[in-house]
Amino acid sequence: MTATLAVPPLATSQDSAVELVGVRKTFGRGPAAVTALDGVDLRVGAGEFVCLLGASGCGKSTLLNLVADLDQPSAGRIVRHTARPAVMFQEAALMPWLTAARNVELPLRLAGLRRSERRVVAGELLELVRLGGLGDKRPHELSGGMRQRVALARALASAGDLSGVGAGAGAGAGAAAPAPALLLMDEPFAALDAITRDVLQAELLRVWRATNTAVLFVTHDVREAVRLGQRVVLLSSRPGRVVREWDTRQAGADLVTGSGEHAAEVIEEITSRLREVISSHAAA
Amino acid sequence: MPQPDVPPGSTASEVELGRSTPEPQGSTGATGAADTAGGAEPAGGTRTATATGTAGADLSDLSAVGAGLDALDAPQRDSGRGVRRVLTAALPPVVAVVLLVAVWQVLWAAALWPEYKLPAPLDVWTSFWSRVRDGEVVGILWTSVHRAVLGFLAGVLIGTPLGLLVAKVRVVRAALGPILTGLQNLPSVAWVPAAVLWFGLNDAAIYFVVLLGSVPSITNGLVSGIDQIPPILPRVGRALGAGRLASARHILLPAALPGYLAGLKQGWAFSWRSLMAAELIATSPRLGVGLGTFLNQGQSFNDMPTVIAAIFLILLVGVGIELLAFRPLERAVLRARGLTGALG
Repeated sequence: MTATLAVPPLATSQDSAVELVGVRKTFGRGPAAVTALDGVDLRVGAGEFVCLLGASGCGKSTLLNLVADLDQPSAGRIVRHTARPAVMFQEAALMPWLTAARNVELPLRLAGLRRSERRVVAGELLELVRLGGLGDKRPHELSGGMRQRVALARALASAGDLSGVGAGAGAGAGAAAPAPALLLMDEPFAALDAITRDVLQAELLRVWRATNTAVLFVTHDVREAVRLGQRVVLLSSRPGRVVREWDTRQAGADLVTGSGEHAAEVIEEITSRLREVISSHAAA
Repeated sequence: MPQPDVPPGSTASEVELGRSTPEPQGSTGATGAADTAGGAEPAGGTRTATATGTAGADLSDLSAVGAGLDALDAPQRDSGRGVRRVLTAALPPVVAVVLLVAVWQVLWAAALWPEYKLPAPLDVWTSFWSRVRDGEVVGILWTSVHRAVLGFLAGVLIGTPLGLLVAKVRVVRAALGPILTGLQNLPSVAWVPAAVLWFGLNDAAIYFVVLLGSVPSITNGLVSGIDQIPPILPRVGRALGAGRLASARHILLPAALPGYLAGLKQGWAFSWRSLMAAELIATSPRLGVGLGTFLNQGQSFNDMPTVIAAIFLILLVGVGIELLAFRPLERAVLRARGLTGALG
């Protein structure tokens, strides 16, 4: 039975959520032009959790903007096999005039859902991030961690009927049929204190498993990347290129259980590589 | 493993599972193991039962920590103090007005100026009250207030789309921005002679002056409201799938509401002032008797009590509209956003 359980995730990871081929992004023109990304090849499988790691200036956020379709690449191809990806930023950026539930409803409203449907989906999503009874609170009445959870629920809602939860109304979605959803996260926990961040990382993993969404998670924290990601991708800085990838499934699981020699090794290895990348800029 | 009860592919029950996982009353270890096994772990076989058991315990620990954080971090609401609050808000202005009248009474009693320059407070009150009793005040107020309100509403209808255009279209801002700011600084009474020459002594002339007073304020209020929106909000809107129009309706306008309201308030004040100026200068039997005309009559008949009563009425309308319409609106808007600092 363990075997049958292990198979579906493998099968779905055959198809990809998003593929980047030779993506380049240059800002400005002429001698003042800055190349943020140069020849980035990256593939995120359906339902896969990938962490993008890099020092400042490596174009992590630029890459996310390109995938989110908020910006266009200068060269290369981005092929998404998902609907519009959900995006989560470092700030919760909730609309201060809307209640938590209305914030979650906003993308559904923009998608043209009826009021009653919106309420049901928003309620389910708030339950998912464990804010069930707090839908009528305003953002200023919530703590930073709670706001970030509302933002997560809103992001999932914006993935529309692909979020896995939204399909609950339709119910016809078979295991093989639905297009994979994609969640893009730009250092979403960077502004939180350590304990809140720890809790939210666990929450995110739980939500990810519950919704089977592909996640592209940008961070500069090696430990966070190893704990969350199935795969960690290291980007170089100015211009951003993929330096190396690590399979961190085992290390991440070890980190959660606390039996962490292997995890410590992986973190050490990635950190030293990151240091190399950074110090190469001092020489140049 | 609890997995087999769950119909495969039913997403709603997947959520159900995800939600129930951290609850402590279930067998936490087992659900924790199912959770990790379901989470795309091809290497699941290599992991021992004890390891996953600790993972489950860890998870419930974390959810307890999370609940504690929620309880500690959520900002507390302070409860209002009812009667005391109303008293501290209402008493100071009342005392100020009483003092003002007292000083007036003392100055009048000292007889420093002749009676026709500084009448007794009681004389002014009698003049005012006699007009209230015979109903003349109602007609005067109606003439002025309905003009001001209509003019103001027309100003809102023109100023709002204009403000959106100026704020969001660069060429329009470059072209109209300075003109609007100039118009806002130009006392609209300066338009009265031109309006009378263009339109004649009629309502059109008066509305023209009122519009030129209110539209620039409303427009500029909306523009500064939009300029002050944190740039992350429209970006989020775009990420959530808002097009240009939807973004204006669901993000820009509500986000700009505090600035817009300030503009509306100023727009109302300018409408009211412009109207008084227009009525004071452009008097004609065809225009009826508004507050400005009433004030003008007081001057013509050398009737100081009437002049002061008219000024009092003009003030009363201004303060009344502010207190009855704009203050509650502003309070509701600011309170909903947690911006209660200025409200006291």
